[in-house]
Amino acid sequence: MERARCLEMIHPELEEMLVVTIMGACAQELYDLGHRENFFYLQHAMGLASSIGLGLATHLPAERVLVLDGDGSVLMNLGTFATLARYRPANLIHVVFDNGSLLSTGGFDSHTATEVTDLAAVARGAGVDHVVSVANEMEFGEAFVDAVERDAMTVIVARVRATGPDHYGMDLALPENAFRFRRWIAERRARGPVTPRISLEK
Amino acid sequence: MTVSYENSKSIYAGIRAAGVRSISALPETWLGLLLQRAEDDPEMSLIQVTKEEEAVGVAAGAYFAGTPHVLLMQNHGFLAAINGIVSLAQLYGVPLCMLVALRGHWGEPYPWHTRGGIVTEGVLRALGIPFEYARDPAVVGRHIHEALTFSQSSLSPVALLLTRDLMED
Repeated sequence: MERARCLEMIHPELEEMLVVTIMGACAQELYDLGHRENFFYLQHAMGLASSIGLGLATHLPAERVLVLDGDGSVLMNLGTFATLARYRPANLIHVVFDNGSLLSTGGFDSHTATEVTDLAAVARGAGVDHVVSVANEMEFGEAFVDAVERDAMTVIVARVRATGPDHYGMDLALPENAFRFRRWIAERRARGPVTPRISLEK
Repeated sequence: MTVSYENSKSIYAGIRAAGVRSISALPETWLGLLLQRAEDDPEMSLIQVTKEEEAVGVAAGAYFAGTPHVLLMQNHGFLAAINGIVSLAQLYGVPLCMLVALRGHWGEPYPWHTRGGIVTEGVLRALGIPFEYARDPAVVGRHIHEALTFSQSSLSPVALLLTRDLMED
């Protein structure tokens, strides 16, 4: 399964969600599908995408928050699963694309490369109630739909191939991304209470 | 030496008076009474993290949500959070109002705290993080409000160092 294909599947459903991605390939692939003001790309500070997601989800309970994480990043902050499990915001979906590789920083094997380390088991052991492992696009799509419909925090660990885009670059300075992301949230709140309008066909 | 009950109360009152209803923290001795107050306060949202760098992410989420937020940590936790401070907060212009327990400094009896205490100010300077020492309970509330205000206007991390004078009786 390709991460880019997974992102392509869900991209149309992300108009109303606050989306936080990790650096590198994942950010670039989402950007290339079409940037939206509700997307924030964490192009460094590996490990903190899910912590930003936790901060967003707990402070904006009426919003849906989607974190697009990776094995290399989440391995730098495994404590995040314990913190997520402790506060378990129902409006948070944490997707970990596990390609077994530090692809965007040189393509070295990560600790999940040999499948000895099971990130889904780590999340379960940390106390996350809803953890799903998926290995093909159909499973990913179903898991994503289930997570959207479920009124509880979900972690999806998606095994993907270690492939990325052939180019990097965005017409978006990093602080500009932060300012516009914050403005999108503020303007949406100014319009009144947010009612999640997410409906997906199974 | 015991942690100051009265001064912890003053610091907590200062956090509230600054309009803050959201805190992230990693517990430690000097911060214990503060965190107890936060836990007992139904209006306060408290997120405890496993490592201080996580709190930088949580603070960024709170900032994007438009919620004033304070981070409570020990100076060794600040040292552990540096990549998040640099490559999230400073890189993207995210304000952080950090209240940092300054262990390992003047009067420190415990050897294990000393290196962290000795380097804290130098590291803050190297990172270009504005900081101030809080020693006096009579003005700590104003210091907290000023730290929050400055972090928001400068879109930058700011540190208020909670000293032994303030934290111990």
